[in-house]
Amino acid sequence: MSEERIQSEKMEIFLKGLWKDNPVFVMLLGMCPVLAVTNSVINAVVMGVATLAVLTLSNLLISSLRKLIPGQVRIATYILIIATFVTVADYAIKAASLEVHKALGAFISLIVVNCIILGRAEAFASKNSIGKSVLDGLGMGLGFTLALLLLGSVREILGNGSFAGIDLFGPNFQPLTLMILPGGAFFVLGSYLLLFNWFKHRKEKEQRELEAVTFYTGEATR
Amino acid sequence: MSETTQAPVETPQINSSRLLMAMGSVGFIAGILIVFTFQFTLPIIKANEKAYLDQSIFEVVPNTAYKKVFTPDKNGVLTPIAEDSEEPYKIFACYDKEHKLTGVVVEASGQGFQDVIRLIYGYDPQKQAVIGMKVLQSTETPGLGDKIITDAKFLSNFAHLDVSLDESGERLKAPITLIKGPRENDHQISAITGATISSRAVTRMIARSTAINIPLIYKNLKVLEEAGNE
Amino acid sequence: MEKKIELLLSSSPFLKQQEDTPAVMRQVIYSLLPAVLAALWYFGISALMVMLTAVSFALLTEGVYNRLNHKKQTLHDGSALLTGLLLAMTLPPGIPLWMAALGSFVAIALGKLIFGGLGSNIFNPALVGRAFLQASFPVSLTTWVAAGSLSNFGDWRGPAFTIPFIQEKVDVLTTATPLSMMKFEGHLTPLNQLFLGHSAGSLGETSALLLLLGGLYMVIRNYINWRIPVAIFAAVMVFAGGLHLLNPEKFAPFYFHLFSGGLMLGALFMATDPVSSPITHKGCWIFGIGIGFLVVLIRTFGGLPEGVMYAILLMNSVSPLLNRVTQPRIYGAVDDRHKAKSKP
Repeated sequence: MSEERIQSEKMEIFLKGLWKDNPVFVMLLGMCPVLAVTNSVINAVVMGVATLAVLTLSNLLISSLRKLIPGQVRIATYILIIATFVTVADYAIKAASLEVHKALGAFISLIVVNCIILGRAEAFASKNSIGKSVLDGLGMGLGFTLALLLLGSVREILGNGSFAGIDLFGPNFQPLTLMILPGGAFFVLGSYLLLFNWFKHRKEKEQRELEAVTFYTGEATR
Repeated sequence: MSETTQAPVETPQINSSRLLMAMGSVGFIAGILIVFTFQFTLPIIKANEKAYLDQSIFEVVPNTAYKKVFTPDKNGVLTPIAEDSEEPYKIFACYDKEHKLTGVVVEASGQGFQDVIRLIYGYDPQKQAVIGMKVLQSTETPGLGDKIITDAKFLSNFAHLDVSLDESGERLKAPITLIKGPRENDHQISAITGATISSRAVTRMIARSTAINIPLIYKNLKVLEEAGNE
Repeated sequence: MEKKIELLLSSSPFLKQQEDTPAVMRQVIYSLLPAVLAALWYFGISALMVMLTAVSFALLTEGVYNRLNHKKQTLHDGSALLTGLLLAMTLPPGIPLWMAALGSFVAIALGKLIFGGLGSNIFNPALVGRAFLQASFPVSLTTWVAAGSLSNFGDWRGPAFTIPFIQEKVDVLTTATPLSMMKFEGHLTPLNQLFLGHSAGSLGETSALLLLLGGLYMVIRNYINWRIPVAIFAAVMVFAGGLHLLNPEKFAPFYFHLFSGGLMLGALFMATDPVSSPITHKGCWIFGIGIGFLVVLIRTFGGLPEGVMYAILLMNSVSPLLNRVTQPRIYGAVDDRHKAKSKP
């Protein structure tokens, strides 16, 4: 493989988590934190960054140990590794800010059972090189953080009239309280999915039309 | 998404000692990592928590220079304990620069709308009233239930909340109750509109805690006052 | 030369009623009219504006949706009109009009159209709109004013014309509904007031008598399945009556539960929605009993004074399941369970 192709392949691995295989909007993975902690921007970002860190580090370790871990015990080993990094993240957040740790509550510990992390370990890190696995973890983690941020900002702006704790509309704002209740998460996620699918649908349609045109012209010139 | 469907090829015959070895070594790495982080972050977390508690106590009872920690013994006498003691039942006596008792801070906790709410309130023995309240921990809904932390009108209930005792010194004259709309008496707490459940939880916690703790503090007032001089 | 004979082949049923969806919807709207007039009498111009807003935005939403998606226009079937009117009947008279408009939009768009239009919705659309508003604006949706009469028809009952998403601090003389008076103060409203409807509440939850009249008409003309309201009333009577017998001081008597709040409106006009209620008779009984039980449960033990809306929505969600388990055995067919048992 030429140098250029390797570069573009790496780019591809990194970018697919952001858009094409976005864990939230495309794969619909890890719905528990997506719905539960996106009621404010700060909560959403901290959750996203914690997941990003755990995902990248566990991908790194799993990928470097992939030749040593026997297939029979791989799931148990992956969970052990993931749980370790989650515990580390938990302590780190607690040391950094007690307030944020309290706001997130049990959901930090629940990163362990976030299916994105085990999913990437099993599907990617266990059969790819260390560099690629780290890139994959970063991409997926960033995609996840981005999705949480998108949900969190809509919910906080509409539901509380503020962004990251900064009041936007003054004291007379009538908030759409539903948006910060659990039900609002479903409304916002549903709307985003609608938007994403609409985009995808339109792009596919354009693609098909383009193909049809080339097919037709190809036929004509023959 | 073809990558998710196929499992890695498994080698059929592997002896169990290798499995144990693999699991054991991964467990070893994991253990070291956790212990290392724990050791590293523990002092920071402890310091954070202590600073937070101190700051909250000073907010609840103003003019406080230092504090002492007490816990009731078997006979209901408050005895001093070390500040970082593991004893869960703690009562904080606050003193000003002249070693005079400024107030007593008690911690209370109970079930809120979503999860446990932990709070402290300050009691002024001179005024026979609660003079401040601060929520330490809650996961109430942002913008709705968390008004128990932010709503100034709700917090003003606790600037003077009457908890004076009857003649026996064993019971409150009037129990603390929640009221919808503006308060009529000093022993009432006016609920937050739209967050009645969280307001009710706070009221219930304070009512229950004051019913037990205020008579206890009143009985031990001498002990607390004298402890300030030491 | 062959002579062609046209043979018309068609399957049963061969006897068809002349009435179609628009006609039925029209009749339901007619039977709601007495209660609508009562709302106008008690709450004056505010009630009128809430109804007009809700209905026009319901029609607008459906019309625009059909136009944008190049679908056949379905406005004439009257279902959007009925949804808007029913939503208005569940709202307090003093509500800002933009909230009523938003509720109508949610009711039609998220309650009906997103599932595929009339006949495909799982939940009663009007109640979806109402639930959305209740969760979004808990304060505005529980601010009640006392019932007036024709003499003060022109008085505005609340801050109707506020700008969307802006709170306006207007001093309105608010009062409690019979249900919240019972729940928070233990005060029982007299029966005649409840029955004739001279009490605070939503537009359509005032006069039990007029709602019953409309309901009776629909039952006689067979537009609704009488089993549902009867089951609801029976369940409320038994459960609330039982509680009242246990502790008459704490629990309200059954007639209070029957005639207060939105029970009449809900039981007669919303639970009986043919789309979101079960088809089988047995299913209807279970459906109604479930609603009645939940209403009393929420009202007496829940955090909110009123529970008709949530009770109906909850039972709506199980009605496909009820249809499945109460499927009658086809004549001559062998029951699956028997078949499984008889196997060696």
